Amino acid sequence: MKVQLIKRSQPSNWLALTSPLLALALTMVAGAIMFALLGKNPATGLYTYFIQPLLDPWSRDQILVKATPLILIAIGLAICFRSGNWNIGAEGQYLIGGMVGATIPVLFNTWDSPMVLPLMLVMGIAGGALYGAIPGFLKAKFNTNEILTSLMLVYVAQQFVDWLVRGPWRDPDGFGFPGTKSFNESAVLPALFSTWDAHYGAVLAVIAAIIAWFVLSKTLKGFEVSVLGQSERAGRFAGFRPAAMTIFAFCVSGGLAGLAGIAEVSGSVEKLDDKLSLGYGFSAIIVAFLGRLNPLGIIAAGIVLALTYIGGEAAQISMGLSDRAARVFQGLLLFFVLACDTLIHYRIQVTAGSASAARAARAEGAG
Amino acid sequence: MEVWISILISVCAAATPLLIAATGELVVERSGVLNLGVEGMMIIGAVTAFSTAQVTGNPYLGALAAIVVASAFSLIFAFMTLTLVTNQVATGLALTILGLGLSGMIGQGFVGAPGVKMEALSIPLLSDLPVVGSLLFGQDLIFYASWALVFGVWWFLFKTKSGLKLRSVGDNHASAHALGLNVIGIRYCAVLFGGACAGLAGAHLSLVYVPQWVEGMTAGRGWIALALVVFASWRPGRLLIGAYLFGAVTIGQFHVQAQGLQIPAQFLASLPYLATIIVLVLIARNRRLTMINTPASLGKSFVPDR
Repeated sequence: MKVQLIKRSQPSNWLALTSPLLALALTMVAGAIMFALLGKNPATGLYTYFIQPLLDPWSRDQILVKATPLILIAIGLAICFRSGNWNIGAEGQYLIGGMVGATIPVLFNTWDSPMVLPLMLVMGIAGGALYGAIPGFLKAKFNTNEILTSLMLVYVAQQFVDWLVRGPWRDPDGFGFPGTKSFNESAVLPALFSTWDAHYGAVLAVIAAIIAWFVLSKTLKGFEVSVLGQSERAGRFAGFRPAAMTIFAFCVSGGLAGLAGIAEVSGSVEKLDDKLSLGYGFSAIIVAFLGRLNPLGIIAAGIVLALTYIGGEAAQISMGLSDRAARVFQGLLLFFVLACDTLIHYRIQVTAGSASAARAARAEGAG
Repeated sequence: MEVWISILISVCAAATPLLIAATGELVVERSGVLNLGVEGMMIIGAVTAFSTAQVTGNPYLGALAAIVVASAFSLIFAFMTLTLVTNQVATGLALTILGLGLSGMIGQGFVGAPGVKMEALSIPLLSDLPVVGSLLFGQDLIFYASWALVFGVWWFLFKTKSGLKLRSVGDNHASAHALGLNVIGIRYCAVLFGGACAGLAGAHLSLVYVPQWVEGMTAGRGWIALALVVFASWRPGRLLIGAYLFGAVTIGQFHVQAQGLQIPAQFLASLPYLATIIVLVLIARNRRLTMINTPASLGKSFVPDR
């Protein structure tokens, strides 16, 4: 048997829209097989993961909480990836954003003013953007591999935040637990509705998605992003500067990751502690690809990924399934998304027998 | 003197997994494929080695299982990027995410279980030599394997015809294909070899370095191995320098902590990562060095047109 790719004369528009859904369906099939191997009922497993959380109001609220940072980070990553820059360190930018934004309530915890919250958000964005700018600058200036530098900075950020919440910023009345004092009310991003956990970060995520969609598809800057991403050479002829784009893309994606960080700190945890790093920065990579690097698609993709988190927790409680299964799902999902993307540009031909038989079959078809 | 020897031995232990994983990745990249899944394959190796050794009581069987399973795991990456021509960067990341998730799931039952340590070899007479005895002749088998591996890969890449074919595929896949080389087949072999090496590196972590299973115990070593390949500018001999330099930084920070210096542990723990960034910058600034050795087709997909 031989698998062969045959390039389509034009990318399939129909598959471009449906490939993420196909990937999702394949992930569920793989998931069902995994459940069966683990000795669980596949139908119950899939129901617990993908359906049940949507029916329960509390779970819907939690999905929104988790989807917010995922969507914010993924929008930035989409801009970065489209421009041909690989920012793998969003987790670090998210942490630094949360940390820088938290400096206000931590250092001035009695300051009560409507200025506090906007200032925190701006500082969070700035912190993330500056931290993201480091790998961007190193790539633009020295041609350093941005994948590795951005990733290394995640570990540095984790260690730094860990030091802060265990050391100088630790709440002296916190019974020795790592973490700052809880923020006072003016430093808390309000909930969408009084009984909900989901906060206004979700609104910020949707606004960010709409702005990013507009910029990418309707403005010259968006055109510059795509041109440089597809061919740096072509971009140079058009007068675009790849080095400037690298720094721009890293700043934007770092800034959005930083916003996600401060929104999480101020809206969800309401203090800075040692559990801020939950891997959203890495899961957002999956969200970005599942949304096909389109900011509006990313909204839907973020909700799907959030669903796997919440479904994973539910399956752990009700079925005794390891909570790591959610991460396995996420990894499988990314594989299937990438594989299905191939279908947009290629037809897959599976032929029995050797390569020469396949060639003969093709020659026959052409003649 | 005793202290220095024991420090040197621990530097070797820290350097060995980096060296093995980086050597495997070097072969992969020389064939023109960038596999960012080293971290994922390594942790799959670590959990396989630990669980196999725990169940069978035999660490050598554990290491063997790690090689086989991690190699099989890398086949997913090979099929995706070589047969389905998916983006290599994204697919490598997917492999890492999947590896971290799967290893967490498999290893859950083994958290806190007593590990089976791969004991150091003791060569009669030689390992009893003063000073150099334990350093050169009293280490574990994987340590010796790592040196043999570096030498073997150097010999293969630069002294054999097959090695020349592999490098030509990595430098210009279109020409190599036109000359009748099986580009995809050679790349499949390279990726599988890289997976096997990452598996052995993981086995070293969970059988020798910390004979225990801790979730996420690779702690970025797979990524540092990737950085080492850049540092070595794709030359196997230079990997030795890089890996031992990083081993020394890692061990050095423990000893600084033990000296009771007033530096927070977290700052010292970030040193290997910061050192990686600095090294990457220094290497990238020397464009001549990197330009000569970087495989020209690195990271580019290849679809043969017949």
